[in-house]
Formats: sequence, C-alpha cells, structure tokens
Amino acid sequence: MTRIAARRDGPRVTLRPASLWALAAPLLALLLLPLVALLLRTPPGTLTLALHEPGTRQAIALSLGTSLLTVLLALVCGTPLAYLLARRRPAGVALLEVLVDLPTVLPPAVAGLALLMAFGRRGVLGGLLASVGIEVAFTTAAVVMAQTFVAIPYYVKSAAVGLAGVSHELEQAAALDGASPWQIFRYVVAPLARRGIAGGLALCWARALGEFGATIIFAGNFPGRTQTMPLAIYLGFEIDLGQALTLAAIMLAVSFTVLLVIRAALRPQPTEG
Amino acid sequence: MKEKTRMSRRIVSVLAAFALVVAVAAWVVFTGGSFGGAEPDAQADSRAAGQTAITPRPRTLTVFAAASLIEAFTDLGAQFEAAHEGVNVQFNFAGSQRLRAQLEQGARSDVFASANVREMAAAVAVGIVAADAPVAFARNRLVVIFPADNPGGIRALGDLARPGLKLDVADPSVPVGQYTLSMFDKMGRDPAYGETFRAGALANVVSREENVKAVVTKVALGEADAGVVYVSDVTPQAAPHLGTVEIPDRFNQIATYPVAVVRRPAEPDLGRQFVAFILSEAGQQTLAAHGLIPVDGQ
Repeated sequence: MTRIAARRDGPRVTLRPASLWALAAPLLALLLLPLVALLLRTPPGTLTLALHEPGTRQAIALSLGTSLLTVLLALVCGTPLAYLLARRRPAGVALLEVLVDLPTVLPPAVAGLALLMAFGRRGVLGGLLASVGIEVAFTTAAVVMAQTFVAIPYYVKSAAVGLAGVSHELEQAAALDGASPWQIFRYVVAPLARRGIAGGLALCWARALGEFGATIIFAGNFPGRTQTMPLAIYLGFEIDLGQALTLAAIMLAVSFTVLLVIRAALRPQPTEG
Repeated sequence: MKEKTRMSRRIVSVLAAFALVVAVAAWVVFTGGSFGGAEPDAQADSRAAGQTAITPRPRTLTVFAAASLIEAFTDLGAQFEAAHEGVNVQFNFAGSQRLRAQLEQGARSDVFASANVREMAAAVAVGIVAADAPVAFARNRLVVIFPADNPGGIRALGDLARPGLKLDVADPSVPVGQYTLSMFDKMGRDPAYGETFRAGALANVVSREENVKAVVTKVALGEADAGVVYVSDVTPQAAPHLGTVEIPDRFNQIATYPVAVVRRPAEPDLGRQFVAFILSEAGQQTLAAHGLIPVDGQ
C-alpha cells in the first residue's frame, strides 16, 4: 500500500502515457475484438431462448456447481498448503513448489491422461477404489478433480504470496496476547493476506470454469453429469455454430459478472491499513 | 531481505519447473528419435535429398479425413507419397462434423473425406464442395467392443441394456454416434429386444465422446464396459485389448464414406489424383486391409 502511494506522489514515471497507450493498444485490441465479435455474431434473440433450453441450464448449473466446489476445495485444503509454503518452509520446499507449479505448465490433456491413469478404473489408485465400489471416471466428482488439478496452483501461489507478506512479528504479538492459532489466522493473518487469498480464489475459479481438456478425457462428456459449458460449446460448434455462439456469450457474461463482483469486493476499503 | 530471498527462491523454483519440463520434453524427443527412428529418418533423409536433386518444388497435399480413417488413410498417404516424387501428404484427422466446421470457418484443405453423407451434404450446402464432386469410396459397419477381460460380462447385444453397465458411445454430433442411436432405435422396434432394451442401453451411456477413437481408447483402457465403434476401428494395435460382439445386418448401420476435392484447392491436380488413387484397385485393397468395405463400380 505504502509503496503504491509513494509512487503516486512522486513523478517517477517518465514515459509518456500516450506512448504507453500506443504500445498497449494492439494487445487491448487482441483481447477485446474477439469478444466483441463473439457477441456481434451471436444470433439476436437466441440468448433468452437458449436460457430456457434444459441442456443449457444443465451445463451452466454444472459448470457453476463444480467450479464453486473446486474453489471451496482450494480454500479448505489449498490455504493450509499455501501457509506451509509461505511460513514453515518445509524441507524440500523447492520441489514442493515445482509440484504445485507443474499443472500450470502442463497441457490440460496431460492432466486428463494422468488423472485417468491414477483414478481410472484400472488406475493406480482407481483399481483400489473400484474394488470397494467407488468409480470416479465419468462422474461429476471427476469433473471437480480435473478442475482442481489444473486450477488449484493459481490459488496456492497467490495465497502463499499474500500470506508471506504478513509479518511474523504480528502473529507472535497476537500469540503473546493469548490468541489461539485459529484466532491468529482468522483475525490477523487472513485479513492481512486478504488480497492474495481472494485474488487467488478468483483466478482459481476462472481457470476451473474454463477447464476443458482434462475434463473431456477424465470425466467424459454427458449432459447434466459431466458436460460443463466448455464441453457444450466445443461440441455445439460442430452441430450448430449459432448454438455454440449463444453458449459462449452466456459463458462470457457469467465470467464477466463474477470477475467484476470479485473486483468490487477486493477494492481496498478505508478501514484497511 | 527475507522477502528478497523468498522471492528469488520462488523465481528459482519456477525456473526449475521450466527446466524440468524442457528436460523431460527433450528426453522424450531424443529417445523417441532413437527408438526405431533410425530407419524412417534415413528414409526421410534420402527423400529430402531426392527432392532437392530431382523435383524443384516440394508440394503438399492437404487431406481432411474422418477419425475412423486414420489407419487406412495414413497407409494410403504413404503409398501416394511413394508414387509421387516430392509430394507430402498432410492429414487432419478428426470427427467429420469437426472437419466440416473447420472447413466452413475457412480452414484450407484439398480433399475432404467424411464418415457420413450428412456432413458431406452440409459441406456442399455451404459451398465448400461442388455438388457433383463427392464420390462414395468405402463403407463401414458398426461393432460392439468391450475390454479384453470383459468386466461387464458382455456376451450378446442384449447385455448392453443390463442395469449398471458402463456404455461409452460417440456424441450424436459425430456420424458414428448417429449410427449408434439408429441402431438402438432399430433394436427397440424389434420384438426380440424392444423398447426396454433401447431405454436401458441409453440409460447406460456414461459418456458421449467427441470422436470414435476416444471410444476405442476408453474401452480398451477398461474405463467403460462396452462401446459402439466401426469394425475398422478394431485395428491390429487395438484388437489385443478388445473383444467384439457382431451386430446383425438388420440392426447394423452401414456407413457410407464420401470423398471430394474441395472448391478452389491449393493442389487441384494432386487432389484429383489422390481421390482417383483411393478409388483405384490398389486403394480399395488398402481400405479393405484396414477393415473398411470397398465400394464396387464407382
């Protein structure tokens, strides 16, 4: 916060905004034009029609439900991991960090194959699970697992950066005042690392919502069970371009709204130090 | 200071991840090259040498072909290359509906081979292919496949409707997925199976794959108990992992494969020659060797 304020006060930026905008313009055009084109090409009037379509509703509900579960998993299991990475620096931390980073560089198809080899019916662990009657491939659970695999690194990394920024002395001071570890986390660490945590959740959610490759390989494609919006759009492209465009426009609107809400929630409040 | 070391550690770990991936990729590329790669490499080298010496301009023929044609067309392409000095045949294999959609969106190709008449007709309707261009070059039949160790205990067609069975089929947007649905419909109208069979089989579908090869892979992996694919998909590589149940003619959907040179191809002569080669006796024999049914008198 203080660093940003200092930068605002002093005229440190010597590059002229006009030249910066000129350089950034092609990039902005590349980002904006396809989205505008998508909306322009969406057949008018089909949006409301598509929303009444049970298939579309199923895909939207499944996408929102599974991606929110992924975010919840990130919060519950990812936060402790982020804290360990930020604070405890366990032995072999570099390897652990590489492990967490790995899914961000792997193509989702590799993630899907790996998940299938591990949790498929003939998989390393899947075989054991199948023997007790638990089969995950082709289920909604598989969708969540695929999303978690590809999306959770974004949360863990962002949360770890946020948590690392909280001074250890503050935690010690709270402990001296008799706060329990949970209270320290809840009232001292988490609020101060709020931006890292919430930003990470947003990134994780966005990545989970867009997940495609790992899902179609590991979870398959079945309406209402494993066919999320990206899968419905991909297959819709082959049946009817108009339908695919409509679904894409809906996905765009949902994503835009959620990111906007998160951004609004993240806006620094006056009470924040 | 602490922050700095932490930051630099993070950067180091990111770089390490990157280096690891690059190292693995390099390892795969190199071992892939050395494993049985020596001979094809030598061939490629001599071919390249031949190109520079004899033909001034290497030419590329682009062929969009249905996923079920992968083995047959790869074979045909190699034969065509061998017979045409300096020609390189580039394939794009995918579900026919995807290929048609790609062509519709401006993808460049010389030849389009579809697994059904519908996608070819759609290509004609939007002007990618001239109305009189498509020619039927092969046919295919459906077959039920199951993993070699048969976890679902499949013995007859009727088993497909047994509750709890995991059935993997192609999406209805894919030709083979359409044929599969028609097969279930026909069986549903037959008193020997009836509507309960149709409903039961459809209820057992765990996934609708985007192309036929995904069905083969997931059944061969044992992830699904059974699947419906083309006879030609039970390739020599896949066969050891699969068992099959024949589908009688009265239910079986005979798929017709049309091929056409697209409008305004980059290589019109090569495209026509390739289609003629597919229809030639040698071409038809190659298709038959890969489990497709040749067409007569076309």
